[in-house]
Amino acid sequence: MLGQLLRRDLAQFFPFAGGGAALPVVFFVAVAMLYPFAVGPDAAVLAKTGGGVVWIAALLAAILPLEKLVARDIELGFFDQLRLRGLTEEVMMAVRLIAHWLSFGPVLVLATFPAAALLNIEGETFRLLILGLIAGTPGLAAIGLIIAALTASLRAGAALSGLLLIPLALPILIFGAGALARQDPASLGFVGAISLGLVALAPFAAGAAIRAAREQ
Amino acid sequence: MQAPLRPLLEARDLACQRGERLLFRRLSFRLEAGTACHVTGANGAGKTTLLRALAGLTTPFAGEVLREGTLGLLDDRTGLDPEFPVARALAFWFGVDQADAPQAIMARLRLDALAEVPVRYLSTGQKKRAALARLIGQRAAIWLLDEPLSGLDTASQGLVTALVAEHCSAGGIALIASHQPLDVPDMTSFAIEDFALTSTGPA
Repeated sequence: MLGQLLRRDLAQFFPFAGGGAALPVVFFVAVAMLYPFAVGPDAAVLAKTGGGVVWIAALLAAILPLEKLVARDIELGFFDQLRLRGLTEEVMMAVRLIAHWLSFGPVLVLATFPAAALLNIEGETFRLLILGLIAGTPGLAAIGLIIAALTASLRAGAALSGLLLIPLALPILIFGAGALARQDPASLGFVGAISLGLVALAPFAAGAAIRAAREQ
Repeated sequence: MQAPLRPLLEARDLACQRGERLLFRRLSFRLEAGTACHVTGANGAGKTTLLRALAGLTTPFAGEVLREGTLGLLDDRTGLDPEFPVARALAFWFGVDQADAPQAIMARLRLDALAEVPVRYLSTGQKKRAALARLIGQRAAIWLLDEPLSGLDTASQGLVTALVAEHCSAGGIALIASHQPLDVPDMTSFAIEDFALTSTGPA
């Protein structure tokens, strides 16, 4: 049953696979493409600041899929039907977290290759950027899921979720982008630790949130 | 998800609220295997809330619900992905429920011609038929049906009645909240207003 649920969730969210949209990735590459036009083609400036821009683009790209992430399936009665079949909300949300991350994390890491070329990021900085995104995107996915579940029953939920994600994502951004500025791989350990904590927490927080939304 | 031999659905002194308002209280009934029950009540009387409380989807204000057997719920939310064609959206639930003969279920509910139509293009009645297909595939012992006849044409209404009768004669339980009368043999019924706060109890 869990495998079937994961396949269904992926079909909903995965870019290029029918239901999902490629918008977050396009957005991500577009930011990397526009940045050199905005600040000028000075290679040294781009190399110094480009990593931070990629991180900001990744964070904003993680906001885009939130609207459809949980609210739609509550409206559909999808979670109710799973509940009747004995699945707990925590398990549903854990599966949803995996599907959400798979639908934007790996694609974002791949899209970093062309983005880094556009921004003149190479060598050790590039390595730290890729490793940082691999460590940080699960955390961004977890924050996104918690917020999407919390705001699912609110009318202006979609707009609110973007605003809520930004402050919560700050620690990941500080350590992830900070590793680039200081050329310090140890910072990535913090990114991984924060991500791990959030991933462990997210199914419980999001599960409790959709249970509460159901009681209304 | 095979039904156990003796399904049972029992409410004991159930009271439910919506928002701050108490909808009904001291509601008790007991449904044994093979029985159907028709719940009537005006809009907003609490039929949907009762069904959701019986399904365990909302916590009752007071009282308790006893359930033996798997539960199937049919309400105005289909649980089917609106972007997918009917056949693909139903295939997910048929897979989860390990349904027998999905083709036969689709044919019985006259969904064959609609198989490739995305769910969001279906009319109200067609969506209801697709949701019924999901319910039948589930083979649950206890059916909770919220307005199963609304939006259906006469032929489909007859089909729902027949399906409920079949389900009960096979030892299942059905609780049906509906404004329309249902022609199911040996069906009991109660009005939810008899348990409203202003009422003195069942007459």
